[in-house]
Amino acid sequence: MSIAAAADHGPPPIPASEAGPAPKRIYVSFGFWIFLLSDIVMFSAFFAVYAVLVNATAGGPNGAELFSQTNVAIETACLLASSYTCALMSLAVASRNRLQTYLWAAVTFVLGGAFLALELQEFSNMIAEGATPQRSAFLSAFFALVGCHGLHVAAGLVWLIVLMAQLTFEGFRARVERRLLCFALFWHALDIIWVGLFTVVYLMGVRP
Amino acid sequence: MNLLGNLGWDALPWSQPLPLISGIAVFAIVIAIVAWIFVKGHFPYLWREWITSVDHKRIGIMYIMLALIMLLRGFTDAIMMRLQQAMAAGGAQGYLPPDHFSQIFSAHGTIMIFFMAMPLLIGLMNFVLPLQLGIRDVAFPTLNSVSFWLTASGVLLINLSLLIGDFSKAGWVAYPPLSELQFSPGVGVDYYLWALQISGVGTLMTGINFVTTILKLRAPGMGYMRMPVFCWTALATNLLIVAAFPVLTATFAMLLLDRYLGFHFFTVDAGGNAMMYVNLFWVWGHPEVYILVLPAFGIFSEVIATFSGKPLFGYRSMVAATMAICILSFLVWLHHFFTMGASANVNGFFGVMTMIIAVPTGVKVFNWLFTMYGGRVRYNTPILWSIGFMITFVIGGMTGVLMAVPPADFQLHNSLFLVAHFHNVIIGGVVFGAMAGLNYWFPKAFGFTLHEGWGRASFWCWLIGFYTAFMPLYALGLMGMTRRMQHYDDVTWQPWLIVAALGAFIILAGVVCQIIQLVVSVRAREQNRDLTGDPWNGRTLEWSTASPPPPWNFAVLPQVEDKDAFWVWKEQQRTGQHAPVAPRDYEAIEMPKNSPAGFIIAFFAVMAGFAMIWHIWWMAGIGVLGIFATMLAYAFRHEEETEIPAGELARFDREHPVRHESEAEAAA
Amino acid sequence: MTTPEDRAPGEAEPFSETGEGHGTGVLVYTIGLGVAVLLTATSFWVANTPALWGPGVGLGLAVLAVAQMGVHLVFFLHITTGPDNTNNVLALAFGLLIVFVVMFGSLWIMNNLNENMMPSPDLMNLHMQR
Repeated sequence: MSIAAAADHGPPPIPASEAGPAPKRIYVSFGFWIFLLSDIVMFSAFFAVYAVLVNATAGGPNGAELFSQTNVAIETACLLASSYTCALMSLAVASRNRLQTYLWAAVTFVLGGAFLALELQEFSNMIAEGATPQRSAFLSAFFALVGCHGLHVAAGLVWLIVLMAQLTFEGFRARVERRLLCFALFWHALDIIWVGLFTVVYLMGVRP
Repeated sequence: MNLLGNLGWDALPWSQPLPLISGIAVFAIVIAIVAWIFVKGHFPYLWREWITSVDHKRIGIMYIMLALIMLLRGFTDAIMMRLQQAMAAGGAQGYLPPDHFSQIFSAHGTIMIFFMAMPLLIGLMNFVLPLQLGIRDVAFPTLNSVSFWLTASGVLLINLSLLIGDFSKAGWVAYPPLSELQFSPGVGVDYYLWALQISGVGTLMTGINFVTTILKLRAPGMGYMRMPVFCWTALATNLLIVAAFPVLTATFAMLLLDRYLGFHFFTVDAGGNAMMYVNLFWVWGHPEVYILVLPAFGIFSEVIATFSGKPLFGYRSMVAATMAICILSFLVWLHHFFTMGASANVNGFFGVMTMIIAVPTGVKVFNWLFTMYGGRVRYNTPILWSIGFMITFVIGGMTGVLMAVPPADFQLHNSLFLVAHFHNVIIGGVVFGAMAGLNYWFPKAFGFTLHEGWGRASFWCWLIGFYTAFMPLYALGLMGMTRRMQHYDDVTWQPWLIVAALGAFIILAGVVCQIIQLVVSVRAREQNRDLTGDPWNGRTLEWSTASPPPPWNFAVLPQVEDKDAFWVWKEQQRTGQHAPVAPRDYEAIEMPKNSPAGFIIAFFAVMAGFAMIWHIWWMAGIGVLGIFATMLAYAFRHEEETEIPAGELARFDREHPVRHESEAEAAA
Repeated sequence: MTTPEDRAPGEAEPFSETGEGHGTGVLVYTIGLGVAVLLTATSFWVANTPALWGPGVGLGLAVLAVAQMGVHLVFFLHITTGPDNTNNVLALAFGLLIVFVVMFGSLWIMNNLNENMMPSPDLMNLHMQR
C-alpha cells in the first residue's frame, strides 16, 4: 500500500512523523507495548536478584535437587502451545469470526490454566519438602521470580475471561478489538519471558 | 484475632507532645476545609469539574497544587532539622529526640523527592505537553486521572503517619538490614513502602501515557525535529520513568516480601544480600535524578529562548544532549556506593561514566548562554530563575564531578558535602526550574500574569537563602561532619550550622513571598488579564490559543511548518507572506468524558495500603477487590466520549480572539 | 494522497485487514511454532546431554534462548525492520538495553562486591567459632 502511494504522481508523501495524531488503534497498542517493556524491565530486576542469589542456599537444597525437568518441559509445551492458539485467536478476531474466537480463547485458557496448575503443584511439592521461600535467599529469589511470572499468567487468564464476556455483550466493537490485540501482545510477551525463565532457572540450574 | 490488625489506640503518639499536637492540628485543618467545602455546597462543583476531570490541564494544576502543599510539609521538616542541628552541639541535646529526628530526615527526603519534585514536574508536563504538541489531550486521559489520584493516595498515606503510628527511621533510601523487620519492627517502613508503591504505579502509568502521547500524537506537520525542546526533555524523562520505576517497584516488592512473609532477599541471615538492595535502589535512583532535572532543562530552554527573543541556540545539539543523558544516566549508578567494596576496576568505570555525563550537560549550559548572547533579554521573573539556575547548577555539577572521583568520594561519602551537593543540583536545578515554569505558564493556566515584584523578591530570597544554607554544609562536610546527625560533640561546627539555619529562614522568606505573590496576583487579576493568549511573545504552540485554553485546547488542530511553530506563524503574518486567516471550518469534535474511576480506584488503593500497613487483611482484600471492580465497571462503560458541536467551538473562538486572529483582522 | 501510518505493535501485515490472507497468517504462526519447538527441544537436549563440552553449555543455552525470543518477536509479534515499525523497534531496543544494563551491571557489581567483601570460608569459620 505504501509502495503504491509512493508511485503516485502527486506531491511527495509526508513522513509518518508529520502526519498528525495517530489513530486510536495504533497508539493504544503502542502504549501497551511501552507498558510491556516496563514489565520486562521489572522482570530483569527479579532475574538479576535470582542470578546473584542462586548460590546463596544457606545449607538448604539447590536447584539441581529440587527441579524436575519433565515438569518444566510440560509447562513449556503448554505455554508455547497457548501462545500459538492465542495467535490463532488473533486471526479469528481479524476475520471477525466469533465462534473461532471463542474456541481458540477457550483452548488458550485451558493451556494457560494447565501451566498454572503445574506450577502451583511444583510449588506445593517444594513447600511440602521444606523448600519454602523462607528457607534460603536462593529459594526466596526462585519463588519471587517464577511466582511473579505465574501471577502474570493468572492475571492474563482473568483478563481473557473479561474480554470474552465483553465480546459476548458488545461484539467486535473497536474497543473490544483493541483490547484483544493488547491481550495477544501480553500473552506472547509472557511466553518470551518464560523462555528466559526456563533457560536461566531450570536448564542452567539443574546442571551440576 | 484482632479485627483491626495491629491498629489500636496506642498507635497515636501519646507520649510525644510535638507530633501529637502538630498531627492533630494538621488533621483538624484538613477536616475543617473538607467540612467547609460540603457546608458551602462547593462539593458538586469540585466533583464535576476537578475530581472526575480527565482534562490534562486540570490534572496538571491539581498535581502542582499537591506538590506545593507537600513543599510546605517537606520544608517544615527542613527547618526543624536545621534548628535542631544549630542547637544540639556539645552538651546541648536540642529539642528533637533521636527517634523523632530520624523520622523527620526520612520524611523530608521521601516527601521532597517523591511528593514534591515528581508531582511538580509531572504537573507541569501534564499541563504543557499537549498544548505544545498542538493536540487536545494526552493519549490516555482517564489513565492520567488514575495516575494523579494514585499519587495523591501516596501523599495521603505518608501524611497519615504523622498521627497514626510513626514514619520510617531508615532514611529516604531505606537500606536494609536496618529497614528489615528485625531492626525496624514498627509500621514506619511499611508506610514508606506502601506509599511509594502506590504512587509509583501512578508515576509509571504517567510515563507510559506521556511517551505514547509524544511519540504518537502530535499536530500535523510536527516532525520529531520540530518538537519544542521541552517536549524532547519530557520524552527523555518519561522514557526514564518507564525504564527505571519498574526496578524500584520490584525492589520494594522484595523488601515487602522480606518484611511480611519472612523471605530472605536482603536479610543478614539465610544468605540474604543487603548490597543487592543498594544496587537495585540506585539502578532506579540515578535515573530518577535525571527524571527530575531533564524537564527542568526543558523549561529553561523554553524560558531562555522566549525572553531572549531568539530561537534556541543549537537545537539539534540540545536534542542530542538530552537523549545522550537519557542513556548515560543508566550507566552511572554505582557512584552512589563507591565506598561499599567494589574493586578499582568497577569504581573506575562508573567514575569515568559519571564524568562523561557532565559533557552533554555542559553542552546544554553553553547553548543557553549562546541563546542569551546577542538577544534582547527581558529580565522577567522566569529568566531570573533561569540565570540563578545556570550559576548554581554549574557549581553543583562541579562538586558532583569532584565526587565522581572514587578516592575523593571515600573522603566525602555520606558527609554534609554530599548533602550540599545534591541540594545544590536539586534546588538549583529542579526547584528553580519548576519556579521558572510556574511563573512562565501561570498566565496560560489562569488567564492573568503573576505579580512581578513579589516574584523577584521570592527569587532573591531563595537564591541568597540557598547559598547561605548550603555553602556552610560544603565546609562542614570537608571538616568531617556526616549527614543525619541528631547531635554532635565538636562545637566548632556550630557556627556553620547556625549560618545554615539562617539560610533556611531566608528561603522561608522566599516561600512567604511566593504565597504573597499568589494572593496579590489573584486579587489584582482583573488588571493583569492576559487577553491575547500570548503574554510573553512566545514561540511555541501553547501561546497560540486562549488563556486559559478551552477544554479542547485547539478548535482546529494547528498545521506546523517549522520548529518554533507559533513564532514562525507570527513572523509570516507580520511580513505578509502568509494569507490572512481564512474563516475556520469548524467541525464537531469528540472529547473524552469525565470519569470518577481514578478517584474511586485511589480510594480503594488507600484502603488497601492502609490495611496492609496495619495488617488488617480483610480490609486489604476489600481494597483490592474494589480496584478490580472499578476497572471492570470502567471497561464496560457505555459512553466514552462527548461530542462538542461546531457551534460551541466557533462561539468560544469569537469570544476569545487570540492575538494572531485579531492582528489578522486588523491587517484586513 | 494517503497518509502513511505507523503500524501498531503486534499487528500483522495486510492479511489482518481483509481476512482473505487468513491462510498466510496460519502459515506464519505455524512456522513460528515449529521453529520455537525446535529451539526449545534443542535447549532441553543441550542441558541434559553429556556429549557436549561442559563449560560451553551455559553459553549455548543463552544463545538458544535469545534465538527463540527473536523467533517469538518476529513470528508472533510481527516485529519487522520496515519503516512503519521504527517506533516499535526503537522502543524495544531501548527496553532491551535497559534489561541488559540492569542484569549484567548488577551481576558484575555484585560478584565484585562479593569477591572483595566476603571473607574466605576459612576466615568465616574462624569468626563463627569465636
